[in-house]
Amino acid sequence: MMHKSSSLSAKRYRLSDSLMYWLFTFCGISAVASVLGIAGYLIWAGIPAIREIGLTHFLFGTSWRPTGPEPSFGILPMILSSLTGTALSISIALPLGVLTAVFMLESPPPVCQILRPLVELMAGIPSVIYGMVGSFLLVPAVGRLENLLFRGNKSHIFTGGANLLSASVILAVMILPTIIHTSELSLGAVPQELREASVALGATEPETMFHTVIPAALQGILSGAVLGIGRAMGEAMAVMMVSGNAVNLPLPFNSVRLLAGGIATEMSYSEGLHRKALFSVGLILFVLLLLVGLLPEMFLKPKGGGKHI
Amino acid sequence: MILPKKAALLAVSAVLLFSGCLPPASSRRTISLSGSASMEQVLRALGEDFTARTGISVEAQFGGSSQGIRDAAEGKADIGCTSRALTAQEQEILEAIPVASDYIIPIVHPDNPVPSLTLRQLSGLYTGEIRNWAEVGGTDSPVVAIGRDAASGTRAAFEELLGVSGQCLYAQEKDSAGGIRIAVETTPGAIGYVSLEAAEEGGKIKRLPLNGEDGEVTLSRLFFMAVPRGKALRDDVREFLDYVHSEEGQDVVRSQKLGAVE
Repeated sequence: MMHKSSSLSAKRYRLSDSLMYWLFTFCGISAVASVLGIAGYLIWAGIPAIREIGLTHFLFGTSWRPTGPEPSFGILPMILSSLTGTALSISIALPLGVLTAVFMLESPPPVCQILRPLVELMAGIPSVIYGMVGSFLLVPAVGRLENLLFRGNKSHIFTGGANLLSASVILAVMILPTIIHTSELSLGAVPQELREASVALGATEPETMFHTVIPAALQGILSGAVLGIGRAMGEAMAVMMVSGNAVNLPLPFNSVRLLAGGIATEMSYSEGLHRKALFSVGLILFVLLLLVGLLPEMFLKPKGGGKHI
Repeated sequence: MILPKKAALLAVSAVLLFSGCLPPASSRRTISLSGSASMEQVLRALGEDFTARTGISVEAQFGGSSQGIRDAAEGKADIGCTSRALTAQEQEILEAIPVASDYIIPIVHPDNPVPSLTLRQLSGLYTGEIRNWAEVGGTDSPVVAIGRDAASGTRAAFEELLGVSGQCLYAQEKDSAGGIRIAVETTPGAIGYVSLEAAEEGGKIKRLPLNGEDGEVTLSRLFFMAVPRGKALRDDVREFLDYVHSEEGQDVVRSQKLGAVE
């Protein structure tokens, strides 16, 4: 009896054990499979149009006229607009975000207690809300600025404020919470001894912050920046509502179409080669995002930030 | 014992998982429409009225005129609804029946003092020939030409009616009539074009009348329903088409701010 029950319980233990093992393995595989599946589908769906249009003409052509008698599928303006818009937005959001994190770190707790939930709230606001606020508040303001700067100019196509500048500002606001959050974590993880040592050597508080703490936290801050860049490149909804959406080369007061918005704008009514070309645009966007994610890995590792003596 | 419990759990999950595979409950007659989003409101109104009168349900999907034509040709939908004319190739397989006419109305920001435009001027505003409102009788302010994206049937119709297909320089391209309306509302100096139902005057936008040689003109285009050519129509589809052309159907069309046909 004792023998029987112990062998029974031994069997039960092993069955549920291996069941759990396979369950977790399945979960892990599903996650990886989803990403690989999306990548595979994009490649499969995106290659045909690139082959038909020609890779150089697709990537480096400047004319996007998918409908009409002689269709042309050059996405260079969209690629450049995405890159420029993202670069502009990160150059606004990174300094702002890091300095906000510094402020939060160096302030008394009550200030932090108000700021932190607000930052988290910002991160949770849906993109379409940013787009709406952008259309109704930011775009008219930028429009007035544009009228001021280009008064009397005969060759400028006036956008009324929906241009690269508005898109960059909106993207900057959207990636700010991510940057603040990761910067705050990274800065907070810098050991206290480092600060104390710096102060003991005669540095002032600002000098300590900017010459010791921030460099020590650089790797974490930059990984936050990469997250922000990824979000900025993939954002379609909010950008479409404020960037003007005409396909032009990226100048601050030009109406531009970014890659993600470009897919979303024309997907529903497209057909034939046009639709296949939009999948190719998706593939290009995916490749760019991969590059943005992988390049910092290659550059950050050798530096080995965060080490201290 | 544990085993029966596990078996029961597995059995329940299997039932729930495969319950989605049951055939649809509505294998009764349903008419399926597919096509242009510009026609969404009138199609919904016609569908609801028809269902109320006959009990036959009408389902609609709006993936665009080209999608609708494709679905009708392949038999995935009973009727393809299109806001553009069929190409010669499409006409070999499908027959397009006009059911309503849509008006394309130019709208401007409410502060714009320009009273009306000629067709020439409207074309010029969109091709970039005219860059300042002062040239057409307005204030000294830049023109912001707003339109739809390249795949839109409304844009194709607008450009074709003015004879400027492919020549327009847009300051902004929106993906819906609502998007154009919002942009025109918030941008001084903006001009856009929308279907009549999106051009409701409410203080936020101003409709701009167009002048031709003999007086006021309106840009209009036909909405079509396309069915396979040569094949006999199903009874309920034939009934629906007859209804749409009847007095009752055309009343519904008119109530949606569209023009009746014949």
